[in-house]
Amino acid sequence: MQPFTRLEGRVIPLDRANVDTDQIIPKQFLKTLSRQGLSRGLFFDWRRDPAFVFNQPGYQGASILVAGENFGCGSSREHAAWALLDFGIRCVIAPSFGDIFYNNCCKNGLLPIRLAQPPFGAERLTVDLARQTVDGAPFAIDPYRKHCLLEGLDDIAITLRHEAAIAAYEARQP
Amino acid sequence: MAQTLFDKVWERHVVSQQPGEPALLYVDLHLIHEVTSPQAFAGLRAAGRRLRRPDRTVATMDHDVPTDPRPFKILDEAAAEQLHALGENCRDFGVRLFDLDSEEQGIVHVIAPELGLTQPGMTIVCGDSHTSTHGAFGALAFGIGTSEVEHVFATQCLWQSKPQTLRLTVEGERRPGVSAKDIILHIIGTIGTAGATGSVIEYAGSAIRALSMEERMTVCNMSIEAGARAGMVAPDAVTLAYLRERRFAPRAGERDAEWLALASDASAQFDAERHFDAATIEPQVTWGTSPGMVAPVSGAVPDPRQMTDAAARAAAERALEYMGLRPGARFVDIAVDRVFIGSCTNARLSDLEGAAAIIRGRRVAPGVRAMVVPGSRSVRREAEARGLDEVFRQAGFEWREPGCSMCLGMNPDILQPGERCASTSNRNFEGRQGNLGRTHLVSPEMAAAAALAGHFTDVRQA
Ligand code: SF4
Repeated sequence: MQPFTRLEGRVIPLDRANVDTDQIIPKQFLKTLSRQGLSRGLFFDWRRDPAFVFNQPGYQGASILVAGENFGCGSSREHAAWALLDFGIRCVIAPSFGDIFYNNCCKNGLLPIRLAQPPFGAERLTVDLARQTVDGAPFAIDPYRKHCLLEGLDDIAITLRHEAAIAAYEARQP
Repeated sequence: MAQTLFDKVWERHVVSQQPGEPALLYVDLHLIHEVTSPQAFAGLRAAGRRLRRPDRTVATMDHDVPTDPRPFKILDEAAAEQLHALGENCRDFGVRLFDLDSEEQGIVHVIAPELGLTQPGMTIVCGDSHTSTHGAFGALAFGIGTSEVEHVFATQCLWQSKPQTLRLTVEGERRPGVSAKDIILHIIGTIGTAGATGSVIEYAGSAIRALSMEERMTVCNMSIEAGARAGMVAPDAVTLAYLRERRFAPRAGERDAEWLALASDASAQFDAERHFDAATIEPQVTWGTSPGMVAPVSGAVPDPRQMTDAAARAAAERALEYMGLRPGARFVDIAVDRVFIGSCTNARLSDLEGAAAIIRGRRVAPGVRAMVVPGSRSVRREAEARGLDEVFRQAGFEWREPGCSMCLGMNPDILQPGERCASTSNRNFEGRQGNLGRTHLVSPEMAAAAALAGHFTDVRQA
């Protein structure tokens, strides 16, 4: 996966609570064998409204999504993370996230940041993962995830280094 | 030290762990389906990796499949391709597949328990958020994304940070007409859709003990709708009785003692606790676009202006606009166009029996289209053996083949814009059952009663 180190970018705000992954990418876009090209399905139903923020020309090229609480709740579809990435989003800031979505983001180099007061008013932000700051304000992240994101690590390769431990575990099972 | 059910299952599956880091957790059973697995198989192939434990991996076809009479030709090319890819992948990697020709095919969370694949104390994962269903057996079962599916393929393990524990104790006797679905909807309405985020729930108390295995599955199924990583119920005599004689379960009695010992120790500590009184729970109906937007059927649609929290008010206003409802409307005055009895929440035999008991000898209201989609081929067969198909057909219901169907509408079963549906599924999100479709989550009995009346009805008066 592509590493995430530091990002300076345009903000796109979506001030709604409980945005579920069915909204981020509706089911008809899940019938794919690929991870690519999914931005055409991103917020597909909401984008029928020309005034929706993802349709506004001023926000094209945005790379930081600022969202409401419980963002990405619901279905486990990783297509939600793939669609955001395909649109150009590299970082999502929200007060809280659905657990599976949060995981899926981390596996794809899309940094999810929990901030109690997300900066909805900001036009641009600078996110520094090594320092764990958003425009200087601190955020928390689990050290293992941080390490994988900074280095862009494929964690299957890391896990396969534990082959001896896995095999020993299996040998202990009845 | 005293341990919870969760602690015991977790501890037995830690392969390795460094202090302060996530644990490498072993996965006993990996369930897969056509929608969230193709990219994971592609990843394995691209990296030239093997699938480590095909014997611990089981596949079914459910999300995309039409529910028309079989055999059928799948007209949706993308769906057909996905189903075909799953068949090829399972063949190439040696994974057991319950495909459309199998007598055991069905929704992944329905077939694994009925085949006895789901067992107490296991770790179970699937690229599907409702994997929490299997927690009803005292397994630690949770949904994962496609990257994690690939990770489990290659390593049979996952990196996991230890979640918090939350015990929800439901005491007392439920009133007649109140189902397991009403219990879990009431819980979600009380603790909120993020009320259990980062936690594993243990459901406990006399009202939970009194539930059948199928009812426990309904409760655990919707744990994810409260934001939980997983939901669990301690194995007891009900669990053991259910597992006896199941195809993949151990020989009768063989592991009973070990399974019963998984129950939380009496003095075990939970990170958080909540208590509920079953006797105060009424049949529920959701009125909004999030499962937490729920109320007793005897009541009315709430008024957002009376909500003090600004975010909740904005969400409720938006939801009512989408749902085409006005504040104060009584539920019993809300007419339905469609009724869907199905999904991994409520499409097991007892769900169909509960609905059939309401409609026996009666007719679906004019203008309502009602359908039953059994959770699996086995459920369908057993229901037919009991004559339930005839009960439904004579009432005017469609009796269909198994699959996820209108729970998420990836197949041709969808709502038309503006249509209102009484649904036994688990998500009332905008567009979940079809663009601009309006979903109200209810129990199978409440769905059946709505089909007969043409509007929501208190099942206790149906
Ligand atoms: S029935 Fe619905 S919730 Fe259950 S697995 Fe299928 S799509 Fe998911």
